[in-house]
Amino acid sequence: MSTEFAVELRDVVKKFVTPEGHELNAVDHVTMQIKNGEFFSMLGSSGCGKTTSLRMIAGFEWPSEGEVYIEGKAMGHTPPFQRKVNTVFQSYALFQHMTIFQNVAFGLEMEGVKEDEIKKRVGRALEMVQLSGMERRKPRQLSGGQQQRVALARSLVKTPSVLLLDEPLGALDLKLRKEMQLELKSLQQQLGITFIYVTHDQEEALTMSDRIAVMSKGKVQQMGTPVEIYERPANKFVADFIGESNFLEGKLKSISGNEAVVFVPILNAEVTGMPMAKDLVNGSDVTVAIRPEKIRVVENQSGAGVFKAKVGTSVYIGSDTHLYFDLNGTRLKVMEQNRISSLDPSTFYVKDEEVLFTFPPENTLILKKD
Amino acid sequence: MLQRLRENKSAQGTLLALPTTVWLFILLIIPLVLTLIVSFGKRSPDGDVIYTFTLDNYIRLFGYSTDCTNGQTSCFDPLYVNILWRSLTLGFNTTVIVILLAYPLAYFIARADPKRRNLFLFMVLIPLWTNFVIRVYAWMMLLRKEGAINIVIGWIANLLHIPFTPLEMLYTPGAVLVGMVYEFLPFMILPIYTSLEKIDGSLYEAAADLGANAFKTFLRVTLPLSMPGVVAGTILVFIPVMGTFVVSDLLGGKQVILVGNLIQRQFLDARDPTFGSAASLVLMVMTLIVTYFYTRKFGFGDEIVAA
Repeated sequence: MSTEFAVELRDVVKKFVTPEGHELNAVDHVTMQIKNGEFFSMLGSSGCGKTTSLRMIAGFEWPSEGEVYIEGKAMGHTPPFQRKVNTVFQSYALFQHMTIFQNVAFGLEMEGVKEDEIKKRVGRALEMVQLSGMERRKPRQLSGGQQQRVALARSLVKTPSVLLLDEPLGALDLKLRKEMQLELKSLQQQLGITFIYVTHDQEEALTMSDRIAVMSKGKVQQMGTPVEIYERPANKFVADFIGESNFLEGKLKSISGNEAVVFVPILNAEVTGMPMAKDLVNGSDVTVAIRPEKIRVVENQSGAGVFKAKVGTSVYIGSDTHLYFDLNGTRLKVMEQNRISSLDPSTFYVKDEEVLFTFPPENTLILKKD
Repeated sequence: MLQRLRENKSAQGTLLALPTTVWLFILLIIPLVLTLIVSFGKRSPDGDVIYTFTLDNYIRLFGYSTDCTNGQTSCFDPLYVNILWRSLTLGFNTTVIVILLAYPLAYFIARADPKRRNLFLFMVLIPLWTNFVIRVYAWMMLLRKEGAINIVIGWIANLLHIPFTPLEMLYTPGAVLVGMVYEFLPFMILPIYTSLEKIDGSLYEAAADLGANAFKTFLRVTLPLSMPGVVAGTILVFIPVMGTFVVSDLLGGKQVILVGNLIQRQFLDARDPTFGSAASLVLMVMTLIVTYFYTRKFGFGDEIVAA
């Protein structure tokens, strides 16, 4: 049997019964193949099925249908303590009545590892997460970030083939979270362990992952590298969930090779040179997605591809300015980097001021209208 | 005046603590001091207290006797030491049995469907709605010679044609133990339940994840984390068992005399409040010592408040 995949979910369904008595597919026919040594993220908002999927890999839940494979072996109803995966819990789930050393040693004791070997390995694990010297403290005496590291060390000391992480940074403040993201990523690369990471934070997923599965309503909406998911979202949900997008209604006019011409009523123009998407035919209604940062404000230009709008609001956030244009009643978000440092009010945007903007058609996306 | 009080936090604290302090002073400190004074006194022939300072009552309690059968002027009479020891062992046995019965039940309730938990807790509490003494009387009905238990056993024996003489269960140490266990069981179930219920479910998952099976998880995670409940329950059970006299009076008769009975009799029947006071204080000190060493070893049960 091939063990190219560390973990595989084949057509997995998890049914729950809601308090009202309805049956619900929390995980709805999900198939995923997670490669050895990969940093794989499941990304989605709460209730999308990402945590349930993770729990089925860990063995805390069993699939209603389908099968979970770990290193090529079907898991069936194998209990968690017999699976070669370990979990870092969102709440850390540290044993408050034990010291840090005892917490980290717990998993090794369960394996029956000898005492001096335990000492050595726990010492190494704590060193790895930079907690040497904290062995005799209780979890309560550590900060949130330190507790998170203990949870990590406790799982990693068992040298699992797959580490499951359920929003492990959720309780940390922003700065610490960013630090830990990079640290986790380098730890994963250094150890070569497969990480399966559950998060609702798209930036976190984009920062760390080799591949991401974007999930919604129990289904995988798209699976791919961060670049693929951001630059080539498979549908409107992904385009909207990952980063931001402006959606304009349009009609597909003609197709030539990989390029398409779309008539966009709100711009009152035919936009040429758009990259063609699959499964679309001439005349079909489409949605054009344009990222805010791909739109450029221009001056003294005219002609095809330059459009007029009014400034609605402009929000200065330091590195960027977020502009909301009024495009004949439709709101258009534009992100402009503040490349020039200026306090001159004449360079600021004024409400209701008329502006010209353009966008490279090759950087837009045609999506099937839903 | 009010303005100043608003700014003065420590004065606020004092004021808030005042009613309790007064209450405790009048109803606890003063009676305790009086008991102490009386315990050093002497009984007059007509049952009054002669205030003096003598340790006679304590000496008598620990076995010094002038009423000797062997003709000597003084000898060791183990009567009261036996009573103290009996109370101590009964307190210990009751507590151990109550823990063994209460823990599995509390565990079951804590792990039950949340919707049904309240019903179970309610069922634990129902007996407490009936008066303590009446519940002990009910046990008399069950245990006595013509009681329900003997009737049922006799009926079965009759069916099987086995000769049966009714069992002597009432007025035995066993009856007192059963009564005590029954009376104090809820006071152990509730704190253990509270501490079990508070354990975060992800800890069980974490233990399983790290390779512990159900038994090891219980031993290494569940049990230590529920110890505060066991400690709190022990304090709530052991102390009253040591002092109560109703259960032993009704179920033990003259056979099972505990410190509680001794104290009660000294004040009422024997009309010797000085000896009764000394016995009360010895009981208190004994309980304090046991509780002190117990809590030193296992910590103070946080659950005592929650219970």
